Amino acid sequence: MSQSSHGIGGLSYDAKKRPWPAEFNVFLALVILVAAFELIGRVFLGDSFLFNTRENVSGLFNEQRLQIIILQVSIVGIIAIGVTQVIICGGIDLSSGSIVGATAMIAMSFAQVATVNGNPNPKAMFIDYGLTDLPVIVPLLVAIGCGLIAGLINGLLIAYTRIPPFIATLGMMVTARGIAKWWSKGQPISFPTDSFAAIGKGLMPVVIFISLAILFQLILTYTKYGKHCYAIGSNEDAARMSGIKIANHKVLVYAIAGILASLAAVVLSSKNLTAQAGMGVMYELDAIAMAVIGGVSLSGGRGSIIGTVIGSLIFGVIISGFTFLRLDAYYQEMVKGVIIVGAVVLDQWRQRRRAIGA
Amino acid sequence: MSDIVLKTENLTKHYGGVHALQEANFELRKGEHVAIMGDNGAGKSTFVRQITGVEQRTDGKIWFDGKEVNFSGPIEAREAGIETVFQNLALADDLDVPSNLFLGREKVLFNLGPFSILDRKAMRKATEAALVRTAVKIPNLSSTIRHMSGGQRQCVAIARTATFASKLIIMDEPTAALGVQETAQVENIIRTLKENGEPLILVSHNMRQVFDLVDRIVVFRRGKIVANLRKQDTDGNDIVAYITGAKTGQAELQAA
Repeated sequence: MSQSSHGIGGLSYDAKKRPWPAEFNVFLALVILVAAFELIGRVFLGDSFLFNTRENVSGLFNEQRLQIIILQVSIVGIIAIGVTQVIICGGIDLSSGSIVGATAMIAMSFAQVATVNGNPNPKAMFIDYGLTDLPVIVPLLVAIGCGLIAGLINGLLIAYTRIPPFIATLGMMVTARGIAKWWSKGQPISFPTDSFAAIGKGLMPVVIFISLAILFQLILTYTKYGKHCYAIGSNEDAARMSGIKIANHKVLVYAIAGILASLAAVVLSSKNLTAQAGMGVMYELDAIAMAVIGGVSLSGGRGSIIGTVIGSLIFGVIISGFTFLRLDAYYQEMVKGVIIVGAVVLDQWRQRRRAIGA
Repeated sequence: MSDIVLKTENLTKHYGGVHALQEANFELRKGEHVAIMGDNGAGKSTFVRQITGVEQRTDGKIWFDGKEVNFSGPIEAREAGIETVFQNLALADDLDVPSNLFLGREKVLFNLGPFSILDRKAMRKATEAALVRTAVKIPNLSSTIRHMSGGQRQCVAIARTATFASKLIIMDEPTAALGVQETAQVENIIRTLKENGEPLILVSHNMRQVFDLVDRIVVFRRGKIVANLRKQDTDGNDIVAYITGAKTGQAELQAA
């Protein structure tokens, strides 16, 4: 059905006056941010942020920087996809960073080689049980299992004990971090098999991030699951009265978020060739920040994966931009904090303006 | 018996020691529009909540569509064919009109469990048809409920009840929060439903509206049905007398 110039019942309706999608504003913010770094770079450093200025490299853009921008946000971006659907559904997930830590440790211990340079692998946890040089599917399934269990516990707690998602996932955050430290008594777990190491090699994290983003954008837009996420986040009572099984849906939402966090753990530990108990600290907040910057409303019901992806790019641009301007990492964190709060303030303001306009 | 859509016998609801509803005997025939009136706390909403399964009755029986029914929840009642427009409008603000109309009963292209692919085209078409049928005017189906006026929201809620081959529509004060024009729009929809022969129970405080729209008026007072009158046999003063208790006793409708 094409857009007609008149609405149902003969009321006039101007299709051109439709409010533009919120993602467009986020994208505009990204463009402005890049332009600002470009301008500051040209004026103060005599260098370009975006374009290639080196003679020995061909190409219009500074491809290396572009790659770094997206590569450094890919892993948190995978988590942010899961967090986005949780927030759209009216919840919050603080446990994803710790799930990354715990999953990385557990999965990596099933991905180790038996011998390093001809000697027995000193770090191999299960070498005595012969659980080394396992096919890559084993650590992958172990990881997904870990994420699934953690997510299910989150979801079941929230759906059936009715405790606030903030508390349930805070509990999981602390518990999962404890598991990460306990698993190898704080020791790092290293020397993965080549096939495991291939998962996070080069630009693979970007490929995985973008593929998952596309998949979940489609799921949220075109499936019942997605529609119900928005409905529950928008008006839980209405969703319940409409016959949506809220509890089941919430369990599924948190389970998926857990699985995505565990996939991020696989990519991260594979990329770093090691797993450490401190992996993923603060990732949950970075992921939430990406979603919020990308226009996902913390009150639920609004936002999209596309927005979150753009939000993650804003994140990447800020980090790269500060490095480019040779500013200390301390400033990055300060500015990140300001931007997160600013994004929420902007969202509130937009909401209020809409309410007045309606 | 066959043309009776809904019948309750000695329907009773106690909240602890409060007798919110006592032995309500009620009948609704095919194509009939009945108003339920009464003061605040008279038992109108309690009555509706028992019929729609939102609450479980203390005692009494309900027949719907020729069968005795025991709804364990509003969803069961809805599946049986009782559609309710609630006072607090059960709509999702961030979804558009078709999504709200089909919320919880989406049309799907491929069934993949929770990840079933939605048939958005079919839902949009069905929505347009439903809006035409109920004469609801919505400028843009793709805009979210958030962007709509109170009247438009109410119209969407009503159109939803009328979209699905419902056997009974219940509206709990559908125009309580609306302006003059919006009220007129909602009343037009109710007239359209009457023309289509769809039975309706209207809970309302608005005397003018009730006399304009319905065939029969049932008055609740202190948890009891105190009057059951055909519109032509009564007038506003009479009804007010029953509502306030100036006139008492059960004024029963003569068997036709």
